[in-house]
Amino acid sequence: MDPAIVVRDLRVSRGGVEVLHGLTFAVPRGQVTGLLGPSGCGKTTLMRAIVGVQVVGDGEVTVLGEPAGSAGLRRRIGYSTQSPAVYRDLTVLENLRYFAAVLGAPKDDPERVLAEVGLADAAHQLASTLSGGQLGRAGLAVALLGRPEVLVLDEPTVGLDPVLRQELWTLFHRLAEGGVTILVSSHVMDEAARCERLIVLREGEILADDTPDGLRAHTRTTDLEEAFLRLIEERAAA
Amino acid sequence: MSLRITLATTRRIVTQLRHDRRTVALMVLVPTLVMILLYYVMDDERAFGRWAPILLCVFPFLVMFLITSIATLRERTSGTLERLMAMPLGRLDLLLGYGLAFGLAACVQVALALAVSLTWLGLDLPGPLWPLVLVALLNALLGTALGLLCSAFARTEFQAVQFMPIVMIPQILLGGILVPRAQMATLLEWISNVLPMSYAIEAMAHAVADTDPGGEFWRDVVVVAGSAVLALLLGAATLRRRTS
Repeated sequence: MDPAIVVRDLRVSRGGVEVLHGLTFAVPRGQVTGLLGPSGCGKTTLMRAIVGVQVVGDGEVTVLGEPAGSAGLRRRIGYSTQSPAVYRDLTVLENLRYFAAVLGAPKDDPERVLAEVGLADAAHQLASTLSGGQLGRAGLAVALLGRPEVLVLDEPTVGLDPVLRQELWTLFHRLAEGGVTILVSSHVMDEAARCERLIVLREGEILADDTPDGLRAHTRTTDLEEAFLRLIEERAAA
Repeated sequence: MSLRITLATTRRIVTQLRHDRRTVALMVLVPTLVMILLYYVMDDERAFGRWAPILLCVFPFLVMFLITSIATLRERTSGTLERLMAMPLGRLDLLLGYGLAFGLAACVQVALALAVSLTWLGLDLPGPLWPLVLVALLNALLGTALGLLCSAFARTEFQAVQFMPIVMIPQILLGGILVPRAQMATLLEWISNVLPMSYAIEAMAHAVADTDPGGEFWRDVVVVAGSAVLALLLGAATLRRRTS
């Protein structure tokens, strides 16, 4: 089966500085792929390029066989940004109803996604009164509207307690089993173990593109945090 | 562009306004209160009759300009615009959604100011009411369109509100309110000729004074409407699917 996302020689500059230096990789369908790396390594820029909202310098990004940003993809990709892009002066449900209308999603979709992210109790709360974690889940809920085939999620679990984090990862895996391709970024290494595939990014370059087990075997360590350090040492030595 | 998405956007913006009652109260009441103040300051029916239409011209423009530029700036900075640009929403859906929502708000604003002026304050119209309402609404639309356009050049809300005097004061100074346009220096008259507010004020003067607004009124209306459409299209050009 063709990969869901194919990136070839992707170069992106922001503010005159090149932040992605010719990335090439593929994201397989129906899996949870983790995009890992420290803050400022280019994760968000890469995700924006995949969603098609980033001005790209050079290279190709293909999603579901179409160039990233094509009009046909706008219903097929769900995207949640790091700072939750919801209207703070609307309730959670009003936000979801609006975005569902824009996507042409079924009428009962807002209630469905609210239940999926565990936010049903806050449906009638103004977004401005939500906690950081709740706000993040509201943003995630918007991305789930209309059952997109690809989900691009920028740090969706930041600031959540371990129980909620566990619940969201269970949700991601359930969606992936149903055929949804998920690309999820994180700067926390312990989340890497929950992914089926890992892309490790540092300073705009790919350090590793492997399964968690493959990465552990390659770096001869069981700890992924340690593996990351060894990858950096390896790169420095090369 | 899709009617369904445009109307959903209008409904969303009206809902946002509903949650912000203080803004709605200010928007609806301030023009009327200023009208009442003007009446007592002038203390003269004829002078009030000359100034009232100018206020009815300036207020819908001013308020809609401010509200739209802040609202769209928020949309740009909060990430909701980026989210919408990644969805099947046309740029005109968003702009017309704003235009419709704030046009509705302008209707309420103008209706109250007019009702109070025509009854309590005794503003006298020799002709029909509709030309006046038409010009006031076109002005609101023009304000919305220019607000959208200017918000693209502001990074913060502080900058956005500073655009208000830049856009507003020259148009008032050169609009023929203080000095008739024909008496201005040639250069200033040329500038005045390309500012939409000059035509709006002229149209409003016709709407208030004529029993049957004719050719010149319609020419002015077409110029104001054309300027609003032009500003809306320029505003659409500032909304980018991809940003750096």
